[in-house]
Amino acid sequence: MSRLFLGVICLLVGWSVWAIDTGRAFEDDEMQARYVEIISEVRCVQCQNQTIKDSNVQIASDLRREIRRLLSEGKTNAQVFEFLVQRYGDFVLYRPPMSGFSLLLWIAPGLFLLFGGIVAARVISKRMTMPLDVDDDEIHQVES
Amino acid sequence: MLKFVVPLIAFGLLVGVFIKGLDPERDIKKLPSPFLGKEAPHFDLPRLKVPNERISNQAYDGEVAIVNFWATWCVGCRQEHGFLMELSRTSDVPIYGIDWRDQREPALQWLSQLGDPYVASGFDADSVTGINWGVYGAPETFLIGKDGRVLLKHLGPLSRDAWENDFLPAIAAAEGDQP
Repeated sequence: MSRLFLGVICLLVGWSVWAIDTGRAFEDDEMQARYVEIISEVRCVQCQNQTIKDSNVQIASDLRREIRRLLSEGKTNAQVFEFLVQRYGDFVLYRPPMSGFSLLLWIAPGLFLLFGGIVAARVISKRMTMPLDVDDDEIHQVES
Repeated sequence: MLKFVVPLIAFGLLVGVFIKGLDPERDIKKLPSPFLGKEAPHFDLPRLKVPNERISNQAYDGEVAIVNFWATWCVGCRQEHGFLMELSRTSDVPIYGIDWRDQREPALQWLSQLGDPYVASGFDADSVTGINWGVYGAPETFLIGKDGRVLLKHLGPLSRDAWENDFLPAIAAAEGDQP
């Protein structure tokens, strides 16, 4: 039983071996580091919850190939990202830029807080100028 | 009065956002093309049927055209093929194919068996053109205007519904414009 269990564990652990492009893309350590950094930041457009680093779908491997080509042509990381965004939109980036609609998403919590704060402040200040509720018993006590 | 109107408007807006967000018709996996309204990316490919000739954007220079990315491994392409054949007979808009990430032999066989709706097909074996056009899953169909701009992009098999509701009005508008 435990052997079977061990076997299953080995299979699961070994699964990552099936990932493609296991070899290094670049001889140069710095280039390889940049390459890995970029492909970990790019969303696979077909399998949308994976980076192209983790996906073995054909389109991901095509995109990796294009990225390798661009890097070996001496393009900067920013230029590589621009290349991808031009073709597939901000969606390919796991960290989309803070502009346009995504900017709205970023500032929305602040806006809500500000709006709620203003409403709360107005309600509270209104309450403070209102006379306190006094019940009838107390009034009788004061009168007597 | 204001006390009721303001929250009501805010509530209405939120409901609107949720209805849009939860619309079952909306497919969140479909990405809008960043090329809409912009010039279609340049391509220059060997032709599928005539490998020593090339085809590029110039093939449809100055006319409204359809560019359809297809492949023999693609189920949706087989699904839309009959409709493309019908369009090639009934519509004046030329259809250009780009055989995407495919092999030449089965592609030629496909066209001879199922019919060839394309004026011409480019052969994009290593997906260089596909990536330049932002293609991520065949079939994808682009409508190109006379000035070479992308007017529409349709993901998935081209249906009669999409053709009548999206393509025909866009084609009519594009044909109306003087080049």
